[in-house]
Amino acid sequence: MPAAGKVFPTTVTTPSDREIVLTRSFDAPRRLVFDAFTKPEHIPHWLLGPEGWSMTLCEIDLRPGGAWRFAWRNSDGSEMAMNGVYREVVPPERLVNTESWGGDWASTTNTVTFSEEDDDTTTVTTIILYPSKEARDAALKSGMKEGVNLSYNRLADYLRTIR
Amino acid sequence: MKSPNARIRRLKGNGTRRGGNDRLSITFAALADPTRRAILARLTSGEATVKELSEPFDMSGPAISKHLRVLEQAGLIAQGRDAQWRPRRLEATPLKEVAEWTEGYRRFWDASYKRLDNYLQHLKEKEKSHARRR
Repeated sequence: MPAAGKVFPTTVTTPSDREIVLTRSFDAPRRLVFDAFTKPEHIPHWLLGPEGWSMTLCEIDLRPGGAWRFAWRNSDGSEMAMNGVYREVVPPERLVNTESWGGDWASTTNTVTFSEEDDDTTTVTTIILYPSKEARDAALKSGMKEGVNLSYNRLADYLRTIR
Repeated sequence: MKSPNARIRRLKGNGTRRGGNDRLSITFAALADPTRRAILARLTSGEATVKELSEPFDMSGPAISKHLRVLEQAGLIAQGRDAQWRPRRLEATPLKEVAEWTEGYRRFWDASYKRLDNYLQHLKEKEKSHARRR
């Protein structure tokens, strides 16, 4: 069992009406974090969302114009998949790729920046850009169907993160 | 699969669906200003009068009133019953919609990133032991 490293908070902001920005720091050097985000041997170990999901497909052609495809299965039998194309690949600093959940979902353009805070701390910023306000709102509406219940406290937390 | 543009054209061509989407756009526009977000943050701890709301800001009464009107039009705040003081209170529904959506993203990524924290430590240990063996 490896020694526990530092754990940083994940923040989500909506700086404009077409963007969502995720920011998270990691207790590891940048090249290692970049590998963990881009190599099929690493991704299935962590890109799993909430408890219960496992990755069933992880294909990556890491070059501009190269495609990627991910798929997951839940212990309850449900499945999900997404795919896209890399637009820019600048190891270990920057990735730009499209992302689509298929069907009627709008495809987003994601820009991922890996910045070195010091030798052992890397901050990853992901900008998810929707093609239009309407597409963003449509995604927002389908996301709402999940029906997460937020208390006023969490609302206050949310307001602090976007301040 | 329909292109995003086809989807937008469809949304624009349909008055009733457009109405619902517009409300969300108004919410986002109202949230896109730091003064208005600070006003909302203040109102999460209870209703407040216009005077109380304007205190933390170096801003004229009319400027604050303008921000309050934008928030009111977005349905994010409402006026209380007291006719003389007209305290404002938070209306949570539109904010909840936005917060729940971003919360969905946050939950997915936070759960994944916590696993990545452990996995990165594991990779670091592996590199160290490789270096020792060399």
